[in-house]
Amino acid sequence: MQMPQPNQDVLGRKSRIVALLAEALPEGAVIHDENETRAYECDALTAYKCPPMCVALPTCTEEVAAVLRICSENNVPVVPRGAGTSLAGGALPTADCVILGVARMNEVLETDYDNRFIRVQTGRTNLSVSGAVEENGFFYAPDPSSQLACAIAGNIAMNSGGAHCLKYGVTTNNLLGVKLVTMEGEIVEIGGAHMDAAGLDLLGLICGSEGQLGVVTEATLRILHKPEGARPVLIGFDSNEVAGACVSDIIQAGILPVAIEFMDRPCIRAVEKFAKAGYPDCEALLIVEVEGSDAEIDHQLGLIKDIASAHNPVEFRESGSAEESAAIWLGRKSAFGAMGQINDYMCLDGTIPVSELPLVLGRIRELSQGYGLEVANVFHAGDGNMHPLILFNANKDGDLEKCEALGADILRLCVEVGGCLTGEHGVGVEKRDLMTSQYTADDLEAQLLVKDVFDPKWLLNAAKVFPLEVTQSRRSA
Amino acid sequence: MTDILKPESEAALAEVIATAETPLRITGVGTRGTTSGLTGQQLSTSGMSGVTLYEPGALTLVARAGTSVAEIEALLAEKKQRLAFEPMDHRGLMGTTGEPTIGGIVAANVSGPRRVAVGACRDHLLGVRFVDGRGKVIKNGGRVMKNVTGYDLVKLMAGSFGTLGVLTEVSLKVLPEVEARAVLLINGLSVADAVAAMSRALGSPYEVSGAAHTPSGLDGHPVTMLRVEGFAESVAYRAKALQKLLAELGESQIEDDPARTKAGWNWVRNVEAFHGSQGDVWRVSCKPSDAPRLAEEAGGEALLDWGGGLLWVQLPEGTDLRARLSSYDGHATLVRASAKTRDALSVFEPQNEILTRMAQGLRDRFDPKQIFNTGLMG
Ligand SMILES: Cc1cc2nc3c(=O)[nH]c(=O)nc-3n(C[C@H](O)[C@H](O)[C@H](O)COP(=O)(O)OP(=O)(O)OC[C@H]3O[C@@H](n4cnc5c(N)ncnc54)[C@H](O)[C@@H]3O)c2cc1C
Repeated sequence: MQMPQPNQDVLGRKSRIVALLAEALPEGAVIHDENETRAYECDALTAYKCPPMCVALPTCTEEVAAVLRICSENNVPVVPRGAGTSLAGGALPTADCVILGVARMNEVLETDYDNRFIRVQTGRTNLSVSGAVEENGFFYAPDPSSQLACAIAGNIAMNSGGAHCLKYGVTTNNLLGVKLVTMEGEIVEIGGAHMDAAGLDLLGLICGSEGQLGVVTEATLRILHKPEGARPVLIGFDSNEVAGACVSDIIQAGILPVAIEFMDRPCIRAVEKFAKAGYPDCEALLIVEVEGSDAEIDHQLGLIKDIASAHNPVEFRESGSAEESAAIWLGRKSAFGAMGQINDYMCLDGTIPVSELPLVLGRIRELSQGYGLEVANVFHAGDGNMHPLILFNANKDGDLEKCEALGADILRLCVEVGGCLTGEHGVGVEKRDLMTSQYTADDLEAQLLVKDVFDPKWLLNAAKVFPLEVTQSRRSA
Repeated sequence: MTDILKPESEAALAEVIATAETPLRITGVGTRGTTSGLTGQQLSTSGMSGVTLYEPGALTLVARAGTSVAEIEALLAEKKQRLAFEPMDHRGLMGTTGEPTIGGIVAANVSGPRRVAVGACRDHLLGVRFVDGRGKVIKNGGRVMKNVTGYDLVKLMAGSFGTLGVLTEVSLKVLPEVEARAVLLINGLSVADAVAAMSRALGSPYEVSGAAHTPSGLDGHPVTMLRVEGFAESVAYRAKALQKLLAELGESQIEDDPARTKAGWNWVRNVEAFHGSQGDVWRVSCKPSDAPRLAEEAGGEALLDWGGGLLWVQLPEGTDLRARLSSYDGHATLVRASAKTRDALSVFEPQNEILTRMAQGLRDRFDPKQIFNTGLMG
């Protein structure tokens, strides 16, 4: 993977830039010692590392604005950072950049139950947003598996999803407003506690823009009252096709489960070994969770049982208690950890039309055999968002490259069947060079025009999302 | 200038735009009246029509922009599905005719009462194709439920009112039709009490899918309406639970007749209270708890939807509603007024300098010849 040549002129001015930042920020907010900047050399895409020139950790919006003003005036590239859990390399530094981290900004600014919103600083972690309203029975719906660690900042930048977004939507559907600082250091509010944007939907544009259009320092988020209860079932099948058909039937029946998760045999086996969740050894496994009062849950699970029975499942396990529910979720929730135990792995994130599920799983199996690398599948089946996990050995020469080539083939397959490269993790550096398989030159140019408006000098996280050759002339202008 | 341009393909549309030198007034068939009064030759998308893909099992539908909403809804109904965002039909309010198009709905981000539960049109929009002002065909998004590949121009196009490009195709998430519906009706509440009741209902676990209030209902009395939908038993259970939850705020009845509840919500959705009347109609987007004060300051007749987050106000012609409202989080749009008033008061609320500059920057790039609905959004 290629990154742009660091700007020597910027590196040559490092001490001056550090001094300017230190002057604008509280003590201890600028990190420039090479031993310490290393802590910021990568995000959760650990295959790529590059320590930044320095790190700025402001404590409020005004300080963020000051940092950006300094960087803008001095032509210094900036990479915004939340908690650094991106799986796409979205927060990967360049050697000449200032990492602008919002981790020290994690206050709750306002909670309003009557109008059902919470306003937070974006360094706050996803789970602690729900935590702040839990006492009153409320929650913030988008729940990435990384929710204990990831920050709202990164959630907004990546438009993150989670297991429950089948019912509640992803970040963009739950975001009411942001406070944004432009690369020039201007502060602007977009949206707010009301529901509709005035004028163009800039809020929708900012969400998912991967830190390339501005730095988000505050967010107004929609909160919901928790359901009365929730209960999962586990359904095992002896073929992926049949499991796929069952998913489709459940969706069409008008039941709106909060989650439909899918695991294939390689994944089930790995998870069993690791977490001993008591899963059946079968080809495909679904976890379907529904919500409501006890009676409502019984009714929906009854319907699901009827639908599933028509597909001859090898197992249908209904949870009868909180412990049983936890046991059903245990394997799914430890899937990534389980994989990490046996192997290095790369987690893909393509989306496909649900109807193409059997075909795509079949083709992935062929590709996996062709490359000689094992692939385990675990994903959000209700919305077709797949997470194939490619297992490889990072210490073996050439294995990472092989893994990346297989990953690229799988993602191109997703696009080919009518899907897309990334459903929730973002493009970052990881899928940057595949963008041309999904978008034409004109499609991409339209997106670059947007960046031109918000960041005319192309200083903000500019080496991401688009293939470098496509952005070359703009970045070096 | 009376001829309506009506290209029948995306390529033909791109050609028209690439060679256009004077302003174009973009419409589906014009039922929302958004561009009436603007200068420029009318360019209608109604020549590009037809559903190109419908996969009930994947809950997705793709249609050309000029496809009529009626055609789409009929097709969905065959499979017991629907457009869950419940798009408003503007004809009665605006006094227009014709069959509304799906492109118009998307361009104006038209939603309905169910927005409080399932989101707006933009939340159900999966992908778009459009022709920008340089005559380039652009696609963004796709036809899958989750897609974060590149910038979300899908959201940007929804609600851009034709000022950034002419939509040629849209793909939408659809949802199953519900089995049953019930409406809780509370009579006689003040606007403040109604908003309190609606907030409590929307903040409950009972999945309220509509919350509206009219200070003067069909028979002149205030009525607050709360809707629940889903499987029959669940609907019955939740309606009762809501009744109990709101008992101290007033007595309520449960209405579950399918025809009557449907008519009631169409009345709200289409703002029937102001059909055929004189006067301007405004739409105020606000924080629900501000609605009682804003309704008071506005004077005139009001209707509250979205639990108070949406305020429809009818005022004597030419009244500047914005000048009457003291500061609040939100904005007011002039929906129905004479061309003269629209010109004088501007349809959309002016935004601050930075947002204006951002929006103008986007328009300059997507519409460099400044030919799309010139003057509508700034
Ligand atoms: C084990 C694991 C499980 C995961 N599960 C999920 C999942 O279920 N669903 C899902 O969607 N994702 C998942 N992720 C991916 C990741 O957690 C999300 O992308 C998350 O939103 C990143 O948040 P962050 O705060 O860590 O952002 P970072 O990694 O710090 O940054 C991500 C991007 O946001 C930008 N950014 C950061 N802060 C700002 C700001 N203030 N303003 C503007 N831009 C900013 C960065 O430049 C970067 O491009 C998972 C990751 C891991 C490691």
